[in-house]
Amino acid sequence: MFLINCPYCGERDQSEFSCGGEAHIVRPKQPTELSDDQWAEYLFMRKNIKGVQFERWNHAHGCRKWFNMVRDTSNDKIHAVYKMGEKPPLE
Amino acid sequence: MTKYRVNKTKHVDQTKTVSFDFDGKSYHGFEGDTLASALLSNGVHLVGRSFKYHRPRGIMSCGSEEPNAICQINEDTNLTEPNVRATEIELYEGLKASSQNCWPSVNFDIGGINNLISPFIPAGFYYKTFMWPKSFWKKIYEPLIRWSAGLGKSPTKPDPELYDHKHVHCDVLIIGGGISGIIASKISAKNNLKTILIEDKNILGGSTIFQKNENYKINDKYSGAWIDEEIAELKKLDNLTIKTRTSLAAYHSYNYLLAKENISDHLPLDKRNGGIRQRLWKIRADKVIVATGAIERPLVFNNNDRPGIMLSNSVKKYLDFYGVSCGFNNVIFTNNDSAYETAVSLKEKGISVEMIDIRKKSNSKIVKNAEKLGVKIYWNSTVVNTFGHKKINSIEIMNLSEDGSNVVGDKNRINCDCLALSGGWTPMVHMHTQSGGKLDFREIDQTFIPKEIDENHINVGSCNGDFELEEIINNTNKKVKNFLKVSETEFDNTSILNSKELDKRNLWLLPNYISEGKCKSFIDFQNDSTAKDIKLALREGFKSIEHVKRYTTTGMATDQGKLSNMHALGIIADTAGVKMGTLGTTTFRPPFTPLTFGSIVGRSVGKFFDIIRKTSIHEWHIQNNAKFENVGQWKRPWYYPIDDEDLHDAVQRESKAARDSAGILDASTLGKIDIQGTDASEFLNRVYTNAWSKLGIGKCRYGLMLNEDGMVYDDGVTTRLGENHYLMTTTTGGAANVLSKLEDYLQTEWPELDVYLTSVTDHYSTASICGPNSKKILTKIFPDKDFSDETFPHMSYQNAKIDEINCRIMRISFTGELSYEINIESKYGKSLWEKCIEAGKEFKITPYGTETMHLLRAEKGFIIVGQDTDGTMTPIDLQMDWIVSKKKYDFIGKRSLYRSDTIREDRKQLVGLLTDDPNEILEEGAQIVSDISKKPIEMIGHVTSSYFSPNLNKSIALAVVKSGKKMNGQKLIVPMENKNINVTVSDSVFLDKENKRINA
Ligand SMILES: [Zn+2]
Repeated sequence: MFLINCPYCGERDQSEFSCGGEAHIVRPKQPTELSDDQWAEYLFMRKNIKGVQFERWNHAHGCRKWFNMVRDTSNDKIHAVYKMGEKPPLE
Repeated sequence: MTKYRVNKTKHVDQTKTVSFDFDGKSYHGFEGDTLASALLSNGVHLVGRSFKYHRPRGIMSCGSEEPNAICQINEDTNLTEPNVRATEIELYEGLKASSQNCWPSVNFDIGGINNLISPFIPAGFYYKTFMWPKSFWKKIYEPLIRWSAGLGKSPTKPDPELYDHKHVHCDVLIIGGGISGIIASKISAKNNLKTILIEDKNILGGSTIFQKNENYKINDKYSGAWIDEEIAELKKLDNLTIKTRTSLAAYHSYNYLLAKENISDHLPLDKRNGGIRQRLWKIRADKVIVATGAIERPLVFNNNDRPGIMLSNSVKKYLDFYGVSCGFNNVIFTNNDSAYETAVSLKEKGISVEMIDIRKKSNSKIVKNAEKLGVKIYWNSTVVNTFGHKKINSIEIMNLSEDGSNVVGDKNRINCDCLALSGGWTPMVHMHTQSGGKLDFREIDQTFIPKEIDENHINVGSCNGDFELEEIINNTNKKVKNFLKVSETEFDNTSILNSKELDKRNLWLLPNYISEGKCKSFIDFQNDSTAKDIKLALREGFKSIEHVKRYTTTGMATDQGKLSNMHALGIIADTAGVKMGTLGTTTFRPPFTPLTFGSIVGRSVGKFFDIIRKTSIHEWHIQNNAKFENVGQWKRPWYYPIDDEDLHDAVQRESKAARDSAGILDASTLGKIDIQGTDASEFLNRVYTNAWSKLGIGKCRYGLMLNEDGMVYDDGVTTRLGENHYLMTTTTGGAANVLSKLEDYLQTEWPELDVYLTSVTDHYSTASICGPNSKKILTKIFPDKDFSDETFPHMSYQNAKIDEINCRIMRISFTGELSYEINIESKYGKSLWEKCIEAGKEFKITPYGTETMHLLRAEKGFIIVGQDTDGTMTPIDLQMDWIVSKKKYDFIGKRSLYRSDTIREDRKQLVGLLTDDPNEILEEGAQIVSDISKKPIEMIGHVTSSYFSPNLNKSIALAVVKSGKKMNGQKLIVPMENKNINVTVSDSVFLDKENKRINA
């Protein structure tokens, strides 16, 4: 059970949050101009890394804000949390 | 006093007799006993039968690692509990326990026949044997396995006791109240840290508390006496909470731990008074110090499982802590020094004991001590066989060859009534690995010890691989100081007298003159797996420890292999010729010891199990005999039977009334999202498939929402309340998900949009009135309002007042009938509803539930998201092309509507189905086929909604069928268990195709 430092609320128990998968996948601005393959790349392809991964999280039972998290999936260490729109910390 | 109670100790009060029953026989023990110590004091060793071979088994240990003494307690009461270890049950007056896994009795056991046919029950027996014939599985194999497995009985009545959850935070949590846990607690609490110490036994002190040996002294006191004083001081510390009878169940990441406190399990049943039985502590600790100790290893040799064969340190604890001698003619079989402490203790009390030691010699102080007391030692020897059916009576020993791989010389028979085993020690690293910690392998004594990485948790004492008193005290002191950043402690200059162990020898499987195939050398006592099974698994090609474990079931029983995992690993390594450290270990998973379901669910039982959401009209529904349906957490009226109507009759009546005159539905549960902001229209354009910019203020529009993959996600009507203000409705079940999906897009993809979303589902109650007379009813309720089609057309909304209370009226329809929805603040919901009923009386207004609602919309071919769709249906599949805007540049899911997969013409598409026999009603979920001559029969679709329509007087159904769009008029078959139903594909709109009724 992680202790997650919501950038808006502070440290809260994991049960208040939900994970929204890989971060920094930007929805294409002009989807209609993409080929099937390009669209599929956006729609389906996710990395699921063993190691340091950038993830989206939502403080679902708190402030309802989405934010990003850098987490090592091999040991669940959270290296950073940062607000949507902010630059990811360099790893 | 029984003859086995040979020693008076301060831990058992021999003036307070406690009577109890075991397997229907009455016995006496004393206050302070466990069930196991009380049984042993009565000379009872035989307590159960083994799982597979039903061999007689006895008490082996004195703790949570016990594999054999598994009991059912207080049978035939609603407090009964299976799988309880006799070694952990504190004795109380009136306790009734019985051994599990034996029928008809522990002394005469039919399953014992398995023991005689055991050559035919090798590893993987269950996998190999019960594969075929398939028809045997249900009727013969499964009942047989279940019956002979006999893993206890669960209570059949509700649990009358209460369970609690408690959330706590602390600076330091210490797990284990043995010597190292006590040292750590003292240092922590004395340095101003808020400290919690948990200990699973009822007293602190671990195995040090019963030590009274010349060779182990601390500050010139026996270690037992020293720790007594430490505990007394500890109890005075303010910063420290001590929780005994509290066992750690799970150690999750970020120092989140679960511990179970037993509050009343040790009390006689009549003293429990329905209070709290167990409390689950949910602890978030800044720092954790694990001091869980070590478990003694057995030795693996032929017939090492007879009653009377026990662990050496347990024999010592029964003697020195409980005052019980497990035998009068003891033999101790060891590979290390620690067993000599047991020998010295027995000998000092005048009890006969001999040693069999696989080592060639040992010159340590404790061994010399034993020799001086006259203990006979057979060096370089091993036990090759044991005898005695229900209790051990003798053993056979032989000398070991130089390299230990074989036995040499003559067999020597020794009589005994107790054989104590000591195979060295295994650190309890379970907590460390549960927390994500890794292990190192220590070659010298073949142990896995914690590799420290986490700056917020350490392991101290014997769970860290420190087995000798001096190491334990000094290393614990040093590590804790470092961990808590303390510069000096009272333990800095402790003087310690200690016996050092120098000569180590480890043999995982002891050699024998009997061929391996004929030896029964048990590794996992609870699951009955032997060394032979493991070797067979390796011969059959299993390599991974996790596979061998599952195939042989080693370590898979309720003790999770506490005694067996190391030997299994060792034998695999030896057989495969690899180094043990390279194999890795099996994964330890929570809970460390079994948890009761009660403690897991706590107070979330009965009506507290889940939230129940009721509309403000709920009471009226109850008074009017509604039957309810669960929709998510909502209770929705399902139908309103009159007299003894069943579901079918009620729904037929309700459906007819709604189309013939007027019906009323409580639609309050539909999700409602208030949308405001200057970009609200643009936002709706992006989330719905159709266009929203041109929707006039005061107008309503139906919208379909897709996932980015093009599949239908939700639907509902949205009303434009103002220039920058909309009210969206969603399906009842989808409300929460739709809101979070919309929030997600707003916050992450389109943060530039000025839009605010608020859930207002609970703010408003909604009464939906439909039917040809609905307009008249509305006119009665709102006499000042003009309901003419010109001023109040279909798909529009107006504000109104009832008795000065504001409400909104939407003229929208989910049934195809002329229909109005009145929204009012929730607190007025019931009075609004009653007004509608009153006004509708002359038109026989009929309340209807979800079932009728579903039927009415099915007649019109309106879909229900989640019933006619399943996350694989696009709007095109649903034949709803009309709602997909061709002009809009983009909306969620648009691009996916022309992926190669979504434009396939043979996708499943929504169609209507009419049965050839109009009275035949199809089953929802039934498969649809076109050709039954060709095997295997190809399934081409399934029925999604099916009803008998009272308004059409025939059976109708919606279905999804491959290439269904092109099949209008085609004959298909719905094969059922006993017959094939002939159906014809039809249009999915069955009633009023011209939509005339909406303006009736
Ligand atoms: Zn937050």
